[in-house]
Amino acid sequence: MSALVTSALAERVRSTGSFDAEACMNCGVCTAACPLGRDVLPRRLFRYVELGLEERVRAETETVFSCLLCRLCEESCPAGVHITENVRTLRRYLVGSA
Amino acid sequence: MALPARDVIGILADNLRLRGSVLPISAKNATRWTRGLGLPRGGETVVYTGQMYQLIPYIEGLVRAEQRLAETRLARLTGLGRRVNRLVNVSAFMARPSPAERAEFDRVPRTVVQLLRDAGIEPGCLYEDDLYAGTLAHDLGLDEIVASHARRVQEIFRRHGVRTVITIDPHTTSMLRSVYPRLLEGYDLEVKSYLEVLAARDGDAIPQLTRSVVLHDSCVFARYEDVVEEPRRLLERAGYGVVEPEQHGRLTWCCGGPAEALHPDVAAKVAEDRVGQLRRAGGECVTMCPICLVNLRKAANGTVQIRDISDYLSAAAVDAER
Repeated sequence: MSALVTSALAERVRSTGSFDAEACMNCGVCTAACPLGRDVLPRRLFRYVELGLEERVRAETETVFSCLLCRLCEESCPAGVHITENVRTLRRYLVGSA
Repeated sequence: MALPARDVIGILADNLRLRGSVLPISAKNATRWTRGLGLPRGGETVVYTGQMYQLIPYIEGLVRAEQRLAETRLARLTGLGRRVNRLVNVSAFMARPSPAERAEFDRVPRTVVQLLRDAGIEPGCLYEDDLYAGTLAHDLGLDEIVASHARRVQEIFRRHGVRTVITIDPHTTSMLRSVYPRLLEGYDLEVKSYLEVLAARDGDAIPQLTRSVVLHDSCVFARYEDVVEEPRRLLERAGYGVVEPEQHGRLTWCCGGPAEALHPDVAAKVAEDRVGQLRRAGGECVTMCPICLVNLRKAANGTVQIRDISDYLSAAAVDAER
């Protein structure tokens, strides 16, 4: 699938809270460490945001809310990405004003 | 099928905004644990529960009701349920634990007060002003609602002249120590878990190990609040040999609990995986968080004995007096 890369989505997400996934080196340690064992969490999900793939992010809403925020991924991240805070920011973005 | 996330989150947000807790319980039920302890009201140093242990039986009741609801056509009506819940506290009505379930979790803050007293600390208590800290709403990203609630809690601490807060569970500890300072102006309370308070005190070690226990670290204590050594020091000082499961300390494995409100199936699977690790380590298991306790117990289904760390520390103190 071809995609038009745009920073618009990442900018909208950052307007709702801190989101530092641009520091991700795409190594996949986070996904390997995650107790949920879902391919999309968290690396691919963050990549969708950085690439501007809003529909893909929204399609993963349930996944975003299933994250345990346990920080096992963050403990292992060599780039020091604040993964759980990014997930919380995405939740705010997805649910809007509850 | 899980209930629609947006409606469930909306109900939790409404509850915190309107009633001061994501799952409001009466002041009588929130403060039952204080009966007979003679704790002074307020003061510079207070023990603060954030209602976490008291809430667990109600959360469990609500999750059971949610699961029953999700299997019926009524699951489509959660939007209507949210509108009704704004007027009537439907979520509390759905969650009705038995007196025995309540007593089991009320015992923990009582035991903690006794442990503090044994260490020469006489804390005050805020009784009905001891409010839920807002953990679940914060986890769900409801920051504006949490900030408003935090201001209310800050005003309660100010009114009661509180300077030091001794917390019991990891989630309340993290909210009061790490989240509130980011949300509030002029918030300068000292916040410590009772495990940190007790571990910092000199204590006579029991010379012989009485038995071994497997320690399950809380994700929040270990990775958010750097509370790793304290529970080990206290258990060893109390005469227990600490056995480490496959993943422990800062690499501990989650109990699954944080997913339970929206995804109970996910929570159950993660808890099963963790119980497997604990079982392979052998022996009985110690937790230090009410959410870990209830989730792991459910997953273990009686195959592993799992109890709160306060029970072990209290039992050792009683043995030492004999």
